Amino acid sequence: MNMMGVINLDNEKDFLNELTYFRCGAAVPFAGRYRLIDFVLSSMTNAHLNEIAVFTRSKYRSLNDHLGKGKCWDLDIKHGGLFILPPDWNDPTDISKGDLQHFHNNLDFFHRSKAEYVIISGSQHVCNVDYEDAYQQHLQSGADVTVIYKKVDRLETEHKQCQKLDVQADGRVLEITNEEYNNNIYMNMYIINKSFLLQLLEEGIAYGASHFFNDCIASKVKSLNIQAYEYTGVHSVINSVESYYKGNLQLLDRKFYQDLFDKELTVFTKVKDEPPAKYLHGSKVTNSIVGNGCVIEGTVENSILFRGVKVEKGAVIKNSIIMQRGVIKEGSVMEHVILDKDVSVTNGKRLIGNEQIPFVIPKRKVI
Amino acid sequence: MLLAGGEGKRLGLLTQNLAKPAVHFGGKYRIIDFPLSNCTNSNIDTVGVLTQYQPLILNSYIGIGSPWSLDRRSGGVALLPPFTAQNGGDWYKGTADAIFQNINFIDQYDPKYVLILSGDHIYKMDYSKMIQYHEEREADVTISVIEVPIEQASRFGILNTTDDLRVHTFDEKPEKPQSNLASMGIYVFDWQLLKNSLINDASDSFSSHDFGKDVLPKLLNDGKRLYAYPYQGYWRDVGTIESLWEANMDLLEDTPEFNLNDYNWRVYSQNPNQPPQYIGPEATLSRSLINEGCIVDGNIDHAVLFYGVQVGEGSVIKDSVVMPNVKIGKNVIIEKAIIGENSIIEDGSIIQPNKYDKSDITLIGDNSHISEKIKVTAAI
Repeated sequence: MNMMGVINLDNEKDFLNELTYFRCGAAVPFAGRYRLIDFVLSSMTNAHLNEIAVFTRSKYRSLNDHLGKGKCWDLDIKHGGLFILPPDWNDPTDISKGDLQHFHNNLDFFHRSKAEYVIISGSQHVCNVDYEDAYQQHLQSGADVTVIYKKVDRLETEHKQCQKLDVQADGRVLEITNEEYNNNIYMNMYIINKSFLLQLLEEGIAYGASHFFNDCIASKVKSLNIQAYEYTGVHSVINSVESYYKGNLQLLDRKFYQDLFDKELTVFTKVKDEPPAKYLHGSKVTNSIVGNGCVIEGTVENSILFRGVKVEKGAVIKNSIIMQRGVIKEGSVMEHVILDKDVSVTNGKRLIGNEQIPFVIPKRKVI
Repeated sequence: MLLAGGEGKRLGLLTQNLAKPAVHFGGKYRIIDFPLSNCTNSNIDTVGVLTQYQPLILNSYIGIGSPWSLDRRSGGVALLPPFTAQNGGDWYKGTADAIFQNINFIDQYDPKYVLILSGDHIYKMDYSKMIQYHEEREADVTISVIEVPIEQASRFGILNTTDDLRVHTFDEKPEKPQSNLASMGIYVFDWQLLKNSLINDASDSFSSHDFGKDVLPKLLNDGKRLYAYPYQGYWRDVGTIESLWEANMDLLEDTPEFNLNDYNWRVYSQNPNQPPQYIGPEATLSRSLINEGCIVDGNIDHAVLFYGVQVGEGSVIKDSVVMPNVKIGKNVIIEKAIIGENSIIEDGSIIQPNKYDKSDITLIGDNSHISEKIKVTAAI
C-alpha cells in the first residue's frame, strides 16, 4: 500500500469525565472488548497500511499498554509497523505550535517511508471505513486532499461539535464549517499527498499555525482541490459521556452490530486469554452484548458487559455498561449506569442513572 | 516432549482431518492447549511437539507458540514430525521410538531432565512440583499417577508401589488390578538414563517401542528407582465421544471441578478475535458456556457454544457441544449432540437421541448440512 497512517490524538479533549481522568479518549473501552482506537487502527491495517504513527499528547499509559508493539494488528513487523509518538522533543530552534509540533518533530517517520500518501485520522468516530476505497477515489479524483464524511439522517447533540462539509455535486468541498444544520459530518479523516503535507507543514509553521487541519487545509478550501469521500456504513461519534453511552447501546441494534463487525473488515483488539462467558442456572440475559470471561447468574437486559464481569444471583443490570472485571454482588440493581474497570458493587446496592445522563462510577471504586 | 501424533480413532468423524490433540474443547480451546498451558504455567520454556497423524491443523494452530509465550529466543516450541535421513528414516513406531528419533533435538539443550507428556488429557498440573519431587526422591523415573475406582483400573496402566511410592511392578491394563494407581502418561526421566534406554530399546526387535509396555518395565527389571507422583484434581482422558462430551458438560457445573476462570492458572489458546457475543431479545440461557462471535436468539440450556455460532429464534440447544461457526436456523431442536464445525442446521430440523437408547450422543461431522425439517437420531 502506497499510504501511511497517522492517528492524531493531539486535538482530542478528554471529553468523558471520570472515564478520561486517567486515560486519553482513544484508550477508553468500547463495545464489550475494544478501545476506541481499535476501530481506526483496524481500518488502517485492513487497508494494508504498514506504517502507522500515533500522535499522543497525554495520559497515554493505558494506550501504550493496549497497543504494545502492535502485534494484534499485525504491525509487529520488521520494516515499518506501529510508532507510538508521545511529545518528546527539546529542539531550541523549534517554533512549531499545536499539533504541528508533532508533525515537525517526527519528520523522520514521514521521510523514512516510501509511501507517497498519508491518511490522518482521529479516534472519536466509530465506524468501519474501507480506506482502500477512499484511497482509490483520492487517486482518481486527483484531489489535493480527500476528506471523509458521513451524511447522517438526523442531527444529534453529539454532531454539534463536529465540523461539517459543504459538498458540491461533483464531490468538491466548498466549505468546511461549524454550522449547526448541515448533515454532512466531517469524520476527522483525510488523505493527502505526503510531499504536499510536508509543504503545507513548513508554511504553517512559518505563519504560526497551531491546528494543522484547520489552519493549513480547511482555511485554504477555496484555493485547494478538496474532494469529499462519502462513507455510507454505520457510524457514531463519541465526544461526550452521553454519546459514549448512546454509542455503546446502539450496538444492541442488530443491523448496527453486524455492519460494524463486518466479516471482511475485522476489528482487531488486544487479545485476552479469557474463557468463554458462563451463564449459570437461573441467569436471565436478553438483548445484550457480553464479553468473554463473564460469569452471570443474575439478570442482564439491554446492556454491554465487558470481559470478565461477574453478575451474582439476584443482581439486575439494565441499560448499563459494565467494564472489565466489574463485580455486581447479590441483589444489587444497576440502571443507566456506566461502571469503569474493576468497580465492585457490594450486596443490595441500587444505582440508578438517567437515560440522558447515565451515572458514571470511576475505575476501581468499591460501592 | 509432548506426544501429539495420535489419531484418536475412537473420536471417529472428529479426527477425520485432524489429530486428536487438535480436537476442539470447552468452547474455545483445543485439547493440546491444556498441556501446553501447563508448561507455560510451570515455567517450562522448551517444548518439542511430536506430530505424525494429520498434522496440518495442529501445525498451523501451534505456529511459533506465541499464545503460550513459547516464541522464545532459545528454546520455545518446536514441531517435530518424522523425517528421513541418510539411512532412510521412518514413521514414529511408538511413543518411545518418537523420542528416540529426536535424541538430537533434546541433546541440543543438554537437559538434566526430560518431561514426557501426552496431548490428549484435560487437567491442570504444575510440572515443576513433579520435577522437584523427582529430585527429592533421587528417582531415575517419576510417573504421575491418579487414583481411579478399582473397578475401572483394568482400563489403565496400573502401578504397584511400596508405602513410600516406589514402584515395584507395572501392569498394563491388568485383568486383576492390585492397586488403583493409574499412570497418567506423564513421566520425568533423567535424560542420560532415558537416552541410553531408548538406544537399547531401538535395537530390540521384540520391542513395540512403547513407554508403558517396553521402556518402563525394562527399567524396573534393571532395578532402577521408579517413583509414583500422586496427582489430585481433575484429570480426564477425552479419547472417546462419550468422554469428550462428558468433560465438556463438566465445565457447566456452577462451581466446576475444572475451573477455566482461575486467573492464577490461565489456559492459553489462539484467540479468534471475533466481536463480543450478541444475545437477542428472545434468547434464554442457562448453565452454558458461550464464546465470542456468537449470535444467540434461541434457548440454550446446558450447552457449550464455540466462537461464531448462530442460533435462530425458537431453537432449543440442550446438553450439547456446538463447534465453531455452526449456523443453526429457527425452531431447531438439538439434544445431546456434538455438532462439528462449520455445519449448517436449517430451520425446523431435529437432532435427538434415539428413543430407545437415550444414552447415545449424536455426532454430526464437520461441514455437514442438515436440510430443513430433517430429523436425525442415529450418529451419522
